[in-house]
Amino acid sequence: MRNIFNYVERSSPIHRLTGATKLICLLLWSFAAMTSYDTRLLAALTILSVPLFAVSRIRYSDVSFMLGFTLVFMVLNNVLVFAFAPQHGVSIYGTCHVLADLGGRWLITKEQLFYHFNLVLKYLSTIPIVLLFVCTTQPSEFAASLNRIGVKYTVAYSVALALRYIPDIQREYHEISQAQQARGIEMSKKQRLSKRLRSASAILIPLILSSMDRIEIISNAMELRGFGKHKKRSWYMARPFRAADFLSMAFCALLLAAALLLNYLNGGRFWNPFI
Amino acid sequence: MNDPIIQFHHFSFQYHAQSEPTLHDIELEIRKGEKVLICGPSGCGKSTLAHCINGLIPFSYKGECGGSLTIAGRESRELGIFEISRTVGTVLQDADGQFVGLTVAEDIAFAPENDCVGEPELHERVEKAAALVGVGDHLRHAPGELSGGQKQRVSLAGILVDDVDVLLFDEPLANLDPATGKQAIELIDEIQRKTGAAVVIIEHRLEDVLHRHVDRVVLMNAGRILADTTPDELLAGDLLKENGIREPLYITALKYAGVAVTADKRPDSIGHIRLDEEDMKKVRDWFARTPPAPPRPERPMQLEAKGLRFAYSNGHEALRELSLSVREGELSAIVGTNGAGKSTFCKLLCGFETQQEGTISLSGADMAALSIKERADHIGYVMQSPNQMISQTMIYDEVALGLRTRGLSEDEIRPRVEETLKICGLWPFRSWPVSALSFGQKKRVTIASILVLEPEIILLDEPTAGQDYRHYTEIMEFLLALNRRGLTVLMVTHDMHLMLEYARRAIVFSDGALIADAPCAEILTDEEIIRRASLKETSLYTLAQRCGVGDGQAFVQRFIDYERQEVRGT
Repeated sequence: MRNIFNYVERSSPIHRLTGATKLICLLLWSFAAMTSYDTRLLAALTILSVPLFAVSRIRYSDVSFMLGFTLVFMVLNNVLVFAFAPQHGVSIYGTCHVLADLGGRWLITKEQLFYHFNLVLKYLSTIPIVLLFVCTTQPSEFAASLNRIGVKYTVAYSVALALRYIPDIQREYHEISQAQQARGIEMSKKQRLSKRLRSASAILIPLILSSMDRIEIISNAMELRGFGKHKKRSWYMARPFRAADFLSMAFCALLLAAALLLNYLNGGRFWNPFI
Repeated sequence: MNDPIIQFHHFSFQYHAQSEPTLHDIELEIRKGEKVLICGPSGCGKSTLAHCINGLIPFSYKGECGGSLTIAGRESRELGIFEISRTVGTVLQDADGQFVGLTVAEDIAFAPENDCVGEPELHERVEKAAALVGVGDHLRHAPGELSGGQKQRVSLAGILVDDVDVLLFDEPLANLDPATGKQAIELIDEIQRKTGAAVVIIEHRLEDVLHRHVDRVVLMNAGRILADTTPDELLAGDLLKENGIREPLYITALKYAGVAVTADKRPDSIGHIRLDEEDMKKVRDWFARTPPAPPRPERPMQLEAKGLRFAYSNGHEALRELSLSVREGELSAIVGTNGAGKSTFCKLLCGFETQQEGTISLSGADMAALSIKERADHIGYVMQSPNQMISQTMIYDEVALGLRTRGLSEDEIRPRVEETLKICGLWPFRSWPVSALSFGQKKRVTIASILVLEPEIILLDEPTAGQDYRHYTEIMEFLLALNRRGLTVLMVTHDMHLMLEYARRAIVFSDGALIADAPCAEILTDEEIIRRASLKETSLYTLAQRCGVGDGQAFVQRFIDYERQEVRGT
């Protein structure tokens, strides 16, 4: 069973950065990658993430599942864009260099290919950094850092708590579905939709009921220990910022500034090599 | 003596959703340094009383309070739940559910974090509290890496991190194996001596709590306090039995033998109860005149597991070389610590997982080719909590579910469901919604929904978890009746009473292998097995030794047989 928040405990300079630093860097980095379609910047970000991974000592096997998942999504995204907007590149870059004709609207143009290249780069420049964040930040540190950047601690803590309970609920789902299978509930794709919905309810209703029990216990436990007493709280996992934290944040802020500057210089989000 | 920290005076409470008060005219005082056990059957109001003490009532569960309840001299309803929690620290029943933090350290730090305690004080206090309960080496561990007993220690550390005057334990023994439960009672005792706090324990397992000295026992039933006295006084009377609390087994045995149990004999512990020569002779005579039960005829072999080996995908080897056999019509308990391989064995039996080596055969035929659904026609599996199984609104539909998914017509289904409802004593409720039933009745519904498939073997995970003596007896008598109809019953359990009273045999797992398979009297008197499987020696055995009965194991067996034949008439 896989945990969505796949924290991998290892010792590395990136692990040692505070959660807040990593969250702020993630936000700055992904804003930079999101605001710009400048190929040069995206390529630079993509290349930059390679040494970062090496430094973090996160291995391919730690992230292979999530990486595969997002790559499938990326391919799907590209196919759909081509299917529904084959001329999008042409309209962006304003020129039209036809390479092949697949019939109907589906012309393959240099502009469209270049646009897809940029789209792929956008994925490649953001996914590694998100994975890096997920693998090097403890969920509770994540909550503490959300609180640090201004999210209310009750909200931040519920996020951490949800992460804490995901493995439990996954396990419970698994157990319930096995016991229901024994009673003949099948979730296979061979069934008709109506029947599958009914099967799903035979697993989800017990899951919801037992989760409700869990919620009552946990909320009592939290209240009895003073959760929500004050407007603020301290965090056991919180750590003070050090030089490396400030440097990392400053560097990511520069990346965002570069993205904004390029947008200004290019007169838009796209860098156009065709004119 | 010092002033009471908690004082109920003419106190009553009624939940908004209910038409009757849950607590009536409560008079109770708890002083600093005292250790008080509050016991009573399910629904007697003891949990409600606990909620009043820790402030969940009236601040989280709304209702009408009458009379007065003062905590550290101030009226509770004028305080808030947060203020009360400065005086009263609560360890809830479910050690897993109340684990708030992602690691041990964070969980212990939770309360001071909410008080905005900063560094370095926060780390110091966490380390001190962790050391006090002996989890100092596990600070960075996640809840999943801890045993049940360790989780409970962490919960305790989480309240000791603040300086509270009252430690409130809500059913501390509920989810622990016998040996861990014993350690928990010892730990509570030790912590009380170290901190001088008042301790209030809510629990219906009297004998287990009395493993260490208790100053007073408060017996409740139907929302009232029936007795508030020393354990010795209470054990000498009949109030416990009349109110559905099980007496310690050695007391019951003494009573069978005709020994007068009086308070001056100090009966609250088998260790120091005063028995004179005459009393001991009575016990020996009882043993000599009680005939052993006739041996049961050997039945044919039904289920055979040979050389099972199973490792999870993360490499954890849950079973190694496990072989065992079950005969037709058996009623056996599968026992052992958490992680000994009991649940894995159940999963293999039901086909939820497949063993890497070994075979399981049913009545001589290998089950390897059978699907989960096909196995369920032979081996029915009942999960621990009915909430994990019930998915239909109406009782009839819930029981019929397994037949409907097997494609039977409604005409075929009806007689089978009706027959099952009758066997399970659910016939009067056949047109009720499931939500109107009590916990014990829901449990019956889940058993019925499995029985309707007519399995030859029924496998139950902790069938009596969270049940008081009366409901426990009800469920077990029901299973016994099914067993007499020829059904083989296998129960995974931590409950030693259940083993002793109902199971004829105990199958003991330890570390992925079978270490014993013998009558329960033999298991619970064998020191080596008790230690390895985290069980607890029965007090009957100690009684036999103290009274000079030569064969302690036979004495235990005789007691079980006597209860079955003479007291329950089975």
